[in-house]
Amino acid sequence: MSTMTVLQALNAALHEEMARDRNVVCLGEDIGKNGGVFRTTDGLQAKFGEDRVLDTPLAESGIIGTAIGMAMYGLRPVPEIQFSDFIFPAFDQIVSEMAKLRYRSGGEFTCPMVVRTPYGGGIRGGHYHSQSPEAYFVHTPGLQVVVPATPADAKGLLKTCIRGQDPVIFLEPKRIYRTVKGEVPDDPEFTVPLGVARIARAGSHVTLVSWGAMVHTCLEAAEEAAKQGIEVELLDLRSLLPLDQDTILDSVKRTGRCVVAMEATRTCGVASEISAIIAEEAIEYLEAPIVRVTGFDTPFPYTLEHVYMPSPKRVLSAIEKVAKF
Amino acid sequence: MRNPARDLVRVLPVLDQPASARVPELRGEECLEVFRGMLRVRLLDEKMLLMQRQGRIAFFGPSSGQEAAIIGSGFVARREDWIFPALREGGVLLLRGFPLEKYFGQLFGNCLDVEKGRQQPMHFSSGEHKYVSLSSVIATQLPQAAGAAYAAKIRRDDCVVFGYLGDGATSEHDFHVALNFAAVWKAPVVFVCQNNQWAISVPFEKQTKSDGVAIKAKAYGMPGVAVDGNDVLAVILATREAHVRARAGGGPTLLELVTYRRGGHSSSDDPTRYRDESRVEPWLLVDPLDRFRDWLIAQGQLTPAIEARMRDELTTIMNQALATAEAADKPPLETLFTDVYASMPPHLRQQMLEVQGDGSGTAEGAFPL
Repeated sequence: MSTMTVLQALNAALHEEMARDRNVVCLGEDIGKNGGVFRTTDGLQAKFGEDRVLDTPLAESGIIGTAIGMAMYGLRPVPEIQFSDFIFPAFDQIVSEMAKLRYRSGGEFTCPMVVRTPYGGGIRGGHYHSQSPEAYFVHTPGLQVVVPATPADAKGLLKTCIRGQDPVIFLEPKRIYRTVKGEVPDDPEFTVPLGVARIARAGSHVTLVSWGAMVHTCLEAAEEAAKQGIEVELLDLRSLLPLDQDTILDSVKRTGRCVVAMEATRTCGVASEISAIIAEEAIEYLEAPIVRVTGFDTPFPYTLEHVYMPSPKRVLSAIEKVAKF
Repeated sequence: MRNPARDLVRVLPVLDQPASARVPELRGEECLEVFRGMLRVRLLDEKMLLMQRQGRIAFFGPSSGQEAAIIGSGFVARREDWIFPALREGGVLLLRGFPLEKYFGQLFGNCLDVEKGRQQPMHFSSGEHKYVSLSSVIATQLPQAAGAAYAAKIRRDDCVVFGYLGDGATSEHDFHVALNFAAVWKAPVVFVCQNNQWAISVPFEKQTKSDGVAIKAKAYGMPGVAVDGNDVLAVILATREAHVRARAGGGPTLLELVTYRRGGHSSSDDPTRYRDESRVEPWLLVDPLDRFRDWLIAQGQLTPAIEARMRDELTTIMNQALATAEAADKPPLETLFTDVYASMPPHLRQQMLEVQGDGSGTAEGAFPL
């Protein structure tokens, strides 16, 4: 075990996978010599060379489009989109091409690849360095959408994705890149499976579902709730597609109460889907309405981002609401 | 403005333009293979448009007028080279040995289709023939072609990637992105633009103010070559040069094959609504099959009797394959849910069981052609 930040864990995963499989290549803007604007790819180019760690021209659809061609040919590309807010020029390559290639070719062509991209607010980034776009991708059959919340999961999930057979949108919670530290296994074969939620905190009164950086906000809220005698079970989903419905439903059936917290805008968000699944599959177990705590249905703000983003206080008041219903 | 007589690579004579002394090296049987490939495209067009009108297939995109561009460029690609096609390169796939039964299976969307009936007709694909499944979104295949070529390059494989496009695609961002990435990476790729003058109803002069497509290559730092795309020998000559350059580490080339779409964009299109052929340069309207045929006859490599035999043989093979393909079953119900991922995740399995359980997956209510 080593103590690492999320950023260090991601960097370690990339180093290990590039060393393990010479088909793994990294490409993106500023990822080579500069090691990425957040330094996630630091040291890769020096170690593995410019052929395998490419500073690309500045065009997101080119980064993803060429990576799809590389993956089809047999490489294992790990393209980086510098901020998830910049992913939309590549949206068509992701949604029409990467996601559908296996299906539309009858399985004759595939593109196993991992699109890494920092997402989320809380860094004073304004509209275009703060958004949480996961819902767009969860709505797309053929993709997998993965969001780690801890250093160990950051490493284990990224390694699983790089070794997988299908394309992944890997959303990195940049707000906690350096602020969250944790124990990370050193074993180069350490991986974390997709589609299995983590119970970040056990509890019996209220189920709280979250992912990414928001898990840490939720943890603070859960500790506050405990002071009032409300024991919260916090689920860290880790992957949104595939979604671990079993763990969510199992918890809700035990607690009868559920809050879903996310940074993204509310309407048609992943929290809505989770609420719908619970309503369809477990409504007879519910003691209170399901409550969503989310960003507002506005563009992501600059000065008032602390109001926009769910705070421990907002999550706590939702917990109190469902606990006392 | 570009002068077709001076600025296009041309071998075969057309109207008042003489033949060129520069002829690509081709053995006699290769000449006939090329002619046969062109003739097959023409015969398929005639038959498939008829079948679409009879309601036997839903859609077809004809290639008549573009046979020289399609077959001339596809002929240069070797088995180890990859093809990232656009809409009208089905003839290239057949030239690579793809069975006609599977070709028709794709048009019918039945169980002979390697894509398992998941795509609209004309979206052919074959892993074995390195002919990549295309989407209907324009130009998206071009960055992918550049990426595959880069992969081949760093693996030091002897492989050239062909990225096909039409003139409309040159307005898309992915065209510019692909040329830029391929040039920066010196990737072994040949971009083959079939400039057939029309993007559905929009003529080339409304697509761009550029003097042709080939000139756009200059800004990306690669050769751009404009070719008489109705002259199959010129197409072979220019494609070979680009292919040799790519194999030698010289990087990408943009070929503009200047041709003409004689029919509609597709079976759903009526070009009489928007097209005035009196404004088209007359040489573009000369049939590419006639031009090659005249040359082959003059060279003593083709006679009317040989061509008649070839037509009969192609027609017989086509009709046999069509009968087999038309009789094939629909793809099984589970193919709606397989291949979304390498293995089926729980939520998809649940949805498949829903359909299998309530009988809504039977042929009842199937969408009529």
